[in-house]
Amino acid sequence: MDYKAPNSIDEAVKLLAEAKGAARVLAGGTDLLVQIRAGLAKPPLVVDVKNIPELRKISTDSDGIHIGAAVSGAELGEHDEVKAAWPGVVEATELIGSTQIQGRASLGGNLCNASPAADTVPALVAAGAICIIAGPDGQREAAVEHVATGPGQTTLKNGEFVTEFRLPKKLPRSADAYLRFIPRTEMDIAVVGAGVYLTLDEKGVCQQARVALGAVAPTVLLVGDGSKAIVGSSLDDAALDRLKAAASAACNPIDDKRGTVEFRVSVAGVLAKRAALIAKQRAEVN
Amino acid sequence: MPRQHVTTEVNGEPQDFLCEPQETLLDVLRDELHLTGTKEGCSSGDCGACSIMVDGRLVCACLMFGVEAQGKTIETIEGMAEGDKLHPLQTKFLEEAALQCGFCTPGFLVAAKALLERNSDPTETEVRYWLAGNLCRCTGYDKIVRAVMDVAAETRET
Repeated sequence: MDYKAPNSIDEAVKLLAEAKGAARVLAGGTDLLVQIRAGLAKPPLVVDVKNIPELRKISTDSDGIHIGAAVSGAELGEHDEVKAAWPGVVEATELIGSTQIQGRASLGGNLCNASPAADTVPALVAAGAICIIAGPDGQREAAVEHVATGPGQTTLKNGEFVTEFRLPKKLPRSADAYLRFIPRTEMDIAVVGAGVYLTLDEKGVCQQARVALGAVAPTVLLVGDGSKAIVGSSLDDAALDRLKAAASAACNPIDDKRGTVEFRVSVAGVLAKRAALIAKQRAEVN
Repeated sequence: MPRQHVTTEVNGEPQDFLCEPQETLLDVLRDELHLTGTKEGCSSGDCGACSIMVDGRLVCACLMFGVEAQGKTIETIEGMAEGDKLHPLQTKFLEEAALQCGFCTPGFLVAAKALLERNSDPTETEVRYWLAGNLCRCTGYDKIVRAVMDVAAETRET
């Protein structure tokens, strides 16, 4: 295995493109090193992107908040501005692993590892986050929900890698929230995750909403019927019951030792409802 | 693949080493630098026995390549005592028997020190969450958590 740590996006693209798809991108390494150790990944080349300044930066402009794809969970959790604007995204990030994992794990890695149970992905999808992808043909943008296509599979082409996430400018009376179910209190992989972002009008009526679920299908799901269930309502019990039903109906989970199909389908509805209530409470006060 | 030359600072001293790109920093610390206080438990980032500080961040040495340490400042358990003078956490772990077999202890000490440097007055819940990535199969954790809380309290008094 060869290791390169380029200082620029262009250089990284060139290294990845020349390796013709066999190289792996290294950000925090909390998934990649485990895969290499287990013999599941045998990359001839690892391209460490942490020396590229753009990938380590958090900044704000008129478009919203830009988060470098290799920013660690700990760095994100210490960023007051991101926490205030997108508490759901930050809480999803902070749920991943231990303090030690937080010191390294990144949004880019969580997305591109393409686990259906990735915690940050439903939160980013609910938030309407866009990722910036660099590649041999230049830069392109993709909605976060369009990156993973199945467990371990992405739409990234040869030479491409995610450089940045862009969270939209936060609107008034808007907020997000993320909840997950695990059998322990810490250090576990989501059995179900639910992210909700919504905007209220001055009377508390939901104007727009995005609902996303993790660990209940081969990819994270953006549940269109979930937003339809609550838009136009004041998140009364009837609307929340519709949301719960829509979330459960969208699920197509696996059956494994961590959760049966029946359990995951049921919990997805419950978590979507609870996350919506948290997002509503947050939206009412900002 | 030729071995790569890496320049770092370990426990306050400049340190360079040669390593294969696929060697973890844990392998380098233990096998090249003979700093065997950092333990190998799971090698998958689950147990925290290999906890070290890299540029002021608590990380698992098993989840980082040695080559990634280029230009970084590393602190291991060997740097915790000052000569013969133990760190208050080390003393307290001994006094309160916050260990049995001792294998997880270096990781717990490094992680607990990182916590107390950020938060001098953690609640028990904060201590337990911060240390959730350090596994101990002997103590049941209570003595470890109590030792950390006691050091925090005593440090605040002084």
